[in-house]
Amino acid sequence: MSGTQTTYNDKVVRQFAVMTVIWGIVGMLVGVIIAAQLVWPELNIGPWLHFGRLRPLHTNAVIFAFGGCALFATSYWVVQRTCHTRLWGGPLIPFTFWGWQLIIVLAAVTLPLGITSGKEYAELEWPIDILITLVWVSYAVVFFGTIAVRKVSHIYVANWFFGAFIIAVALLHLGNSAALPVSFTKSYSAYAGVQDAMIQWWYGHNAVGFFLTAGFLGMMYYFVPKQAGRPVYSYRLSVVHFWALIFTYMWAGPHHLHYTALPDWTQSVGMLFSLILLAPSWGGMINGIMTLSGAWHKLRDDPILKFLITSLSFYGMSTFEGPMMSIKTVNALSHYTDWTVGHVHSGALGWVAMVSIGSIYYLLPRLFGKKEMYSTALVTTHFWIATIGTVLYIASMWIAGVMQGLMWRAVNADGTLAYSFVESVKGSYPFWAIRWLGGVLFLLGMLIMAYNMFKTIAGGKTEDVPVIEPAGHHA
Amino acid sequence: MESVYLLVPVSVVLVFGIAVAFWWSVRSGQFDDLEGPGFKVLMDDDERPVSSVAEEGDDKESKS
Repeated sequence: MSGTQTTYNDKVVRQFAVMTVIWGIVGMLVGVIIAAQLVWPELNIGPWLHFGRLRPLHTNAVIFAFGGCALFATSYWVVQRTCHTRLWGGPLIPFTFWGWQLIIVLAAVTLPLGITSGKEYAELEWPIDILITLVWVSYAVVFFGTIAVRKVSHIYVANWFFGAFIIAVALLHLGNSAALPVSFTKSYSAYAGVQDAMIQWWYGHNAVGFFLTAGFLGMMYYFVPKQAGRPVYSYRLSVVHFWALIFTYMWAGPHHLHYTALPDWTQSVGMLFSLILLAPSWGGMINGIMTLSGAWHKLRDDPILKFLITSLSFYGMSTFEGPMMSIKTVNALSHYTDWTVGHVHSGALGWVAMVSIGSIYYLLPRLFGKKEMYSTALVTTHFWIATIGTVLYIASMWIAGVMQGLMWRAVNADGTLAYSFVESVKGSYPFWAIRWLGGVLFLLGMLIMAYNMFKTIAGGKTEDVPVIEPAGHHA
Repeated sequence: MESVYLLVPVSVVLVFGIAVAFWWSVRSGQFDDLEGPGFKVLMDDDERPVSSVAEEGDDKESKS
């Protein structure tokens, strides 16, 4: 086949890239609304726009709509470029796009209506779960099909991360979503009580590990070297990073259930594996950042690189914080407080969103036949607004969380509680207001990105790019 | 702890699966060259929009 002018399938990458920005705005807007509801409770309007129904909408929209579209876009781009072949899979390719968009719309309709299975990060009811399975299997067929028809023998490390993410998410989804339907819109989990909790957090933690970490590490291992114009600091370390991460991640889930009905030894195993995870995580973080070794000056005037390298710094911070919080004595203070919320957003805003934003900024001009984004200055503005927003968010939640933990455990000399719960709520108000402001800033950054994106697309040509022959055929 | 009867076998099977994938990748020579692929990803590919590529030639060897 070599020699013929096959082209890359960039249409699907274009679709997913644009929808990443759109869903990012929607998901973060819902986040800003629920943050405001905590400060101004009057904003809980009717049952449909109540915090309890909007919160799962926020998490689903930012993780699966924004993050999911970013992963689809980048994995489809990376697998074609590094395998030197057109995306394989025919009609399955558009099906993954339209199927995924349909799932997102169904989530946006059903969750405010209160149709939920009540499992965190897996709230969607069984008919939607089946649709997710169909789309995900198609995604796997397209991705691994493309790997199978690759023109070079070596599979670039980013593809290993994307591949592990696709397989693990399929397994987690099937395991955790097992349910007995009682009607079209209601089902009950196949597991009960603490069993359900354990399965739920086996899913929940590995969703973080594979959806929000492995997938985005695949993104990092392609776009950081490309944007920096240098090879990854140590390719050898990236391979070690991959295998170490996937061998250890699966066992850390019980740290979400410290001091519950879960047997003590299970909690300790979860804590131990969480601590072990620090090593591969930091190996990867250092590998990514050191890619800039000898070219640090590029960070000065390249806002896309700023996004990517800052995302790695936040990845390092949150993968240090996570194992620390999994230590049972620390968890005794942090659990159920806003510290957890701050930790999640350190990863979500700082790592996942920033690495996605940087990668999408890299892709957009290339997808629409432009040399660069419409305005580089606006990308820089976006970077600073997003960074300040993230820091405000995390710092306010740290303070609020530690304060809540200390207030809840404080006792008087006679052994009675020093504070009522509502006093800790009252004390949290100023920090919730700062958190809301941080969220508003982050959302503002996304709006700037959308403006920049539409200006970049306007008048752009979407031509098909021929598949590039591998340089110096690798045996 | 019935959930453990599900999760432990699943995890063990998975680890074996991962081990098989690792075995295959080592035997098939995926990791014979652990330097080149890092460079190939930069050479192989989309040089179409020549935005920031131009000034990169001079600092490649400067200090690393």
